[in-house]
Amino acid sequence: MSIKVYVPLDSGSVALGADDVASAIAAKASKAGSDVKIVRNGSFGMYWLEPMVEVETPRGRVAYGPVSTDDIDALFEADFLTGGLHKLYLGRTQDIPFLKSQSRLTFQRCGIVDPVSLEDYRANDGLTGLENALKMTDEEIVKAVTDSGLRGRGGAGFPTGIKWNTVREADGDQKYIVCNADEGDSGTFADRMIMEGEPFVLIEGMIIAGLATGATKGYVYTRSEYPTAIDVMNEAIKVARAAGVLGDNVLGSGNAFDIEVRMGAGAYVCGEETSLLNSMEGKRGVVRAKPPLPALEGFLGRPTVVNNVISLCSVPVILEKGAEYYRDYGMGRSRGTIPIQIAGNVKHGGLYEVGFGLTLGEIVEQIGGGTATGRPVKAVQVGGPLGAYFPKELFDTPFDYEEFAKRDGLIGHAGVVVFDDTVDMMKQARFAMEFCAIESCGKCTPCRIGSIRGTEVVDKLERGEQPELQIELLRDLCETMKFGSLCALGGFTPYPVLSALTHFPDDFKPRALDIAAE
Amino acid sequence: MSETTEDQNVRVAAICDQLITLEGPLLPILHEVQEEFGYIPDGALQTIAKKLNLSRAEVHGVASFYHDFREEKAGKHVIKICRAEACQAMGADALGDQIRRHLKVDWSQTTADRKITLEPVFCLGLCACAPAAMIDGKVVGRVNADRILEKVGS
Repeated sequence: MSIKVYVPLDSGSVALGADDVASAIAAKASKAGSDVKIVRNGSFGMYWLEPMVEVETPRGRVAYGPVSTDDIDALFEADFLTGGLHKLYLGRTQDIPFLKSQSRLTFQRCGIVDPVSLEDYRANDGLTGLENALKMTDEEIVKAVTDSGLRGRGGAGFPTGIKWNTVREADGDQKYIVCNADEGDSGTFADRMIMEGEPFVLIEGMIIAGLATGATKGYVYTRSEYPTAIDVMNEAIKVARAAGVLGDNVLGSGNAFDIEVRMGAGAYVCGEETSLLNSMEGKRGVVRAKPPLPALEGFLGRPTVVNNVISLCSVPVILEKGAEYYRDYGMGRSRGTIPIQIAGNVKHGGLYEVGFGLTLGEIVEQIGGGTATGRPVKAVQVGGPLGAYFPKELFDTPFDYEEFAKRDGLIGHAGVVVFDDTVDMMKQARFAMEFCAIESCGKCTPCRIGSIRGTEVVDKLERGEQPELQIELLRDLCETMKFGSLCALGGFTPYPVLSALTHFPDDFKPRALDIAAE
Repeated sequence: MSETTEDQNVRVAAICDQLITLEGPLLPILHEVQEEFGYIPDGALQTIAKKLNLSRAEVHGVASFYHDFREEKAGKHVIKICRAEACQAMGADALGDQIRRHLKVDWSQTTADRKITLEPVFCLGLCACAPAAMIDGKVVGRVNADRILEKVGS
């Protein structure tokens, strides 16, 4: 029997050389006459160990990493195909502390399974949630999701069950489930990882959403920057159709549901649900005023659920193990688990799924291991480009929607970007405004014009032109953007700007020297 | 040497016919046209507009809204460097400066010999292996200027 060797197909692993490692192992194995079957799996999300190669042995899967093509000869010499010792040997995958200390509910199979093998998925309890849902009424499904306490993981934190109920009760011949996979926030990659590593859980979640609301068609709107995720999703959809999981007769139940993948075109604002819908309709990705809510008038004017990837991927486990099981994780009004993405200048960067409630300090220093450069941490931006910068003084903030809001921050899509003490916070504040200007859809004035004025004000501040006045102006401008913008792009850009200004005032002092022109 | 406008229109029309039954076909059509020609030829806008019963201005409005759609062909190689925060934390600004200096281009420009186009990108989802780039559609993480330039033979 051939020996199974796992080398991730995950973009993060591939970016670090996984494709070359896979070819090198295959070539060496064939030369050595070893019977090896290489499985391209998802990543477990420990990016400092990627490319992480695993071998199936009688005592379980053992891991080696980070592996480069230069290590292959030595790995074969060390007999890694039977789990032999080598300097890159990490022990059994499941025992690696970073992984072992997590509560993987949403990502339970990511890394373990062959992403496009439905047999693998079923063998690891996949589709159990859907099978349970098929025995329930639409109301019961909605109730389970509501009772679980699941809130939108895209950032807004709106209760998923309530959104579903609105669509369920809406009149319409055709309803839609739209999965928002337009993961544009810097520091986030959970959507990408799960689409690449465990696509069937998204498919399953979307079908359950369809059963709960009466929608028969689903769309996954994702980014052109994610070609591998698109390929894996499309392949998984094909497999699911062939197996009767998708189609006119979902698992023989008589219910219809099908899914199509749509690709965006490099517009950050399309992660906002109404501009996403416009984009899907073939329009400019301009934000729509609400009401009407997408739940009532969404894609093509029809009732539409728009949910983030992680929200939908959390549904199968709720239907499999019950609302209480999921709700028992977490704290306060933030129930369940959250896949935290630890990124930027950090030693142990990756994805860490855990119940809500860890403090920011625990996440950055204990789990993340501090900075990659070894310098002190100066600031941590949580929640993407529209999230606040937190100083070390606020490291006791628990990871929770409300606790972050109390400190003028947001958890967003749960990206945590670490900066060391070389970061210039005035530059970061300027970048937030610049990014908003580049990505503004142009619909509302505070965002379209405010962001440009914002960069100009920071430039004046940097040049030392009436600094007190500029700071007052910047704060005032942020107020206008916060309360006058139509969507979160203009409305939340003030978070990084104001937090930088509030927590790092020293960085906003006029510069003695002219900073090199950008 | 180059194909006639007539030929081009036939190819664009064929793409439209193939995708027109989708719900909201315009973005898939634009992607496919760009895949076919490497950019969205000016003449394609009118053909698409006719097929979808839109005005040429509407199609132009959509094509010009999205960063991905090009009005002219890119260079032989396309380097996309992430300029977002997680990559900034690992030196992406300096990396971008180095590459721009070496290639003597600014963001979204192509070198004089049409060999290399340099584009900014805001997040490739490789934030735990920053700084990241995408070169001719292939992702690279923890990258430096030498490795990027080596990959495009510059």
